[in-house]
Amino acid sequence: MALIYPTKSLENFPKHLTPNYKSTVKRSPTRPLMIIPHTLSELTGPVYGHNAVQEGDNDLTRQHAGEPLGERIVVHGQVLDEDRRPVKSALIELWQANACGRYVHNVDQHPAPLDPNFTGAGRTVTDDNGYYKFITVKPGAYPWGNHHNAWRPNHIHFSVFGHSFVSRLVTQMYFPGDYLFPFDPIFNSVTDEKARNRMVASFDLENTVPDWALAFKFDIVLRGREATPLDNDDHH
Amino acid sequence: MSEITPSQTVGPFFAYGLTPVGRCEWDPNGHYSWKNSVESNLVTPDASGTRIRVVGTVFDADNAPINDCMIEIWQADAQGRYASAQDSRALPNSQFKGFGRSATDKAGLFVFDTIKPGAVPGPGGKEQAPHIVVAIFSRGMLRQVYTRLYFSDEPANAADPVLNLVPAERRGTLIAHKEAGEPPVYRFNVHMQGDSETVFFEV
Repeated sequence: MALIYPTKSLENFPKHLTPNYKSTVKRSPTRPLMIIPHTLSELTGPVYGHNAVQEGDNDLTRQHAGEPLGERIVVHGQVLDEDRRPVKSALIELWQANACGRYVHNVDQHPAPLDPNFTGAGRTVTDDNGYYKFITVKPGAYPWGNHHNAWRPNHIHFSVFGHSFVSRLVTQMYFPGDYLFPFDPIFNSVTDEKARNRMVASFDLENTVPDWALAFKFDIVLRGREATPLDNDDHH
Repeated sequence: MSEITPSQTVGPFFAYGLTPVGRCEWDPNGHYSWKNSVESNLVTPDASGTRIRVVGTVFDADNAPINDCMIEIWQADAQGRYASAQDSRALPNSQFKGFGRSATDKAGLFVFDTIKPGAVPGPGGKEQAPHIVVAIFSRGMLRQVYTRLYFSDEPANAADPVLNLVPAERRGTLIAHKEAGEPPVYRFNVHMQGDSETVFFEV
């Protein structure tokens, strides 16, 4: 069976059923997932060039009349595959709470203020080195209903496209040293400590802009294919 | 070999970032102040083939519709070509991307307008029946689940190499049923659990 993208790397992903995160109980498959050969349908994937993104879409602080409140930050890094090849022209979309820990989404009823100058959505496309950069404000922590006194650590949601549809990734970027880490079932759904820490950005003094914004570096590694060339059978 | 970034849930609040315009009934204005990057209508002016509509609902363990899902679909064009550098064959419908995204609405319904895909090459020189790859993201899903949508009126299903790996009694969960209409509607419901739990793939 031709598995061009090794499934072993998926061992670092959370299990679908993670009971400490209660919503998984009724929304996760109960039967084993079926392994199928990687055909052209799995090995191909959408290509989103620069036409999906407009100038300034990566700056979440400039989308309204004024500047949002909160701690201005630069979030940047490289999108790579597992063979450390840069993933170029990859669409990255992000969304996040404002500095007070409130999302503009209508379902979010956390009694913290909305910021008229902050939506919290941005997007960009990686360059030829897989590099990306966003300017935003640091999101606040917020409570949620999973268990008594549950709070999510500060995080930014990322949606990323890779070389194929099977390397598609939605994840969350966390901030270093967050005191809420030990209590968060979503963060801890990744059971391997090293893998978990790959979701934590590093503080980046070198790229911190003096008198303007702290910088955080967040590299994203997507599933890659094994270096062996495709068997002709997979193409014809 | 570098080490992969783990997946995390899309959460309940993705709509204003990923599907701000469309089936977004959560916002009082019907849409957020942001624009779509990916549409639920895949049809482009140059796309040849049969126009179809794909509709469905994702159900949880209690058979309740999941109303905060995001569905993404990936498919070939009517000639069976993928708009991807990994598919080196000629692409006659050059604007057709074959990729779409729909949120579910308050009733849990997702809708795509697209073109019925053609058969695509499969393993061992066997052709695969026309199908659409489906990825489902939602609160309570720490990583997306993948499944496939096949068409109820396709004789080629009988010889499809992937469908034939699925136990016969579960194959029906991958079949979208054709309903009358113009364009024709294919209904594809997904069950996360229960007697009719959909077949999901580890890809």
